[in-house]
Amino acid sequence: MPGALLETHALSRRFGGLQAVQEASIAVAAGSITALIGPNGAGKSTLFNLIAGSVAPDAGRVVFDGRDITGAAPHAVAALGIGRTFQTTRLFAHMTVLENVMVGRHVRSRAGCIAGMLNLPSTWREERRIREKAAAVLEGLDLGGDVREVAGTLPFGVQRLVEFARALAAEPRLLLLDEPAAGLNLHETAALGRLIERIRSQGITVLVVEHDMSLVMDISDEVIVLDQGRVLTAGAPVEIQKNPDVIRVYLGDDHA
Amino acid sequence: MGLQRYVPVLVLAALVAAVERGVALAGAGYYLTQLIMAAYYCLVAAGLCLLMGHAGQISLGHAGFFALGGYTSAALTTHNLLAHAAEPWARCLQACGVLSEWQNVYGVKVLSVAPWAAFAAAVALALAVAFAIGVPIIRLRGHYLAMATLGFGVIIYRIAAGTDALGRSDGIAEVPPFALAAGLAVGGATALRVFNYYVAWGLVVLGAFVIVNLTGSRIGRALASIHGNEAAANALGVDTARCKVHAFVVSAVFAAVAGSFLTHYNGSIGPSEASVMKSVRYVAIVAAGGMANLWGVLLMGAALNFLSLRGVFGTYDDAVFGVILIAVMLFAPRGLLSRSQLRALRGFLGRRLHAGRAA
Repeated sequence: MPGALLETHALSRRFGGLQAVQEASIAVAAGSITALIGPNGAGKSTLFNLIAGSVAPDAGRVVFDGRDITGAAPHAVAALGIGRTFQTTRLFAHMTVLENVMVGRHVRSRAGCIAGMLNLPSTWREERRIREKAAAVLEGLDLGGDVREVAGTLPFGVQRLVEFARALAAEPRLLLLDEPAAGLNLHETAALGRLIERIRSQGITVLVVEHDMSLVMDISDEVIVLDQGRVLTAGAPVEIQKNPDVIRVYLGDDHA
Repeated sequence: MGLQRYVPVLVLAALVAAVERGVALAGAGYYLTQLIMAAYYCLVAAGLCLLMGHAGQISLGHAGFFALGGYTSAALTTHNLLAHAAEPWARCLQACGVLSEWQNVYGVKVLSVAPWAAFAAAVALALAVAFAIGVPIIRLRGHYLAMATLGFGVIIYRIAAGTDALGRSDGIAEVPPFALAAGLAVGGATALRVFNYYVAWGLVVLGAFVIVNLTGSRIGRALASIHGNEAAANALGVDTARCKVHAFVVSAVFAAVAGSFLTHYNGSIGPSEASVMKSVRYVAIVAAGGMANLWGVLLMGAALNFLSLRGVFGTYDDAVFGVILIAVMLFAPRGLLSRSQLRALRGFLGRRLHAGRAA
């Protein structure tokens, strides 16, 4: 697909007797918000992990910006500009909010072990830039008041936002969001939708796994439906809503 | 968050000087000997504090790295090359200062590797070995990493205790002093005790400075993030295996430096320095000191080693450290002087004080 930032070609992965993902080929257009939906166990999270490098595929390829990244380690994938959040928020609980987001700058900074031990002038100058950028990202998400809080003590909704901030601090080109609305109330979910749109407006392509259909239909340019590890169909939200296959998968044969 | 992080380093330096002055005023200069030795053991504990407290990885083989440093220095500086003195390579190395000629206590002329060159070799060897074993084993977690490092420690012990060139169970004696400046050397001469005290504790202060820098840096943050959630750290581009190996190597070098210096100070080294009980002792000190709390680790390291070296624990020496480790694991698994424990204590005392005032 021309203009695709991310493509997978016939990606497959089996866990024991379970074919979690089977010959899944998807394309995510640059600058789009693309949603990945499907019933529980459809292979959404596995597909995410295959793209992010935390699970290696049995077959198939992952191509990011024209470069084959199949089987690359997660940290290498991150360095290429793919950021992610997790289904259950994974903050560094004992670190402050600011420190969490500063870790997000890791791929955008260089000081190594020896420079760190000696604290050279170039090191502390870089450190100051990391701090400023992290603070600015937090400010942009209205988290400026929480910078000194220990991350693990924050309310759940705030923790999720901090995880966003941490991923955004790396200035990714593609952001993978794994069920960002899980556990959020209606109000928070609506705010999340606006936030995702704002992220896209900064030129970041978003691929989101989500169960909240109103959010998906509201913000997505393209929806990809997975079922039993296979890509069932893909298209604009209005097409997906009318697609009899999709309705059958979600609601059972009687409704198709 | 600028220079204020160096305040504890300066406090440590001031404490070091105060203790020396105090000991001198009390006329108890003989205490310095144990304080000097305790300092070198503290240096090992400081490196292990980085690995255990900050990177969240365990090593039960750090006595191995200490011995690696000590034995390299001892073997190179005592191996007599006098028979080769006339050969061109020996003359060339002697001209460069890599080989030096000296007389041992029996008045025998010895031509051997100069202490500084042996020290450099010790550090280089520790670096190489730590990399070589760190790369494969640091991927292991928890018990498995503990067992692998324990295995490394045992191997080093067996090599030390079983190699003729390393003196087998006798170890290596007559290690020459390590001259640092005219008339000033790392060695056991009583006249140089105060100098040695400042060299030893100066190294600890330097080590603390380096660790404070590292833990406050990009790599230190990466280590803390690994400790917090490895998958998330990975997803943010932290090469977790590489960071852990670096922490392992840095802590191994700390141990090797300590081993090399203490060997020159003592004038000898034996296989007991490589024993597993020594490794357990370092781990117990770090645990009692509060894992990531460098100052607690140094305090515990100084106090426990000093008492141990003064013979306070008698024949129960090793048992005391074992009991400390068990007790800490049972009652304060995150370390005795850890931040959370101290916070809880402060809260408790605060409430008590408050209640007292109200009453």
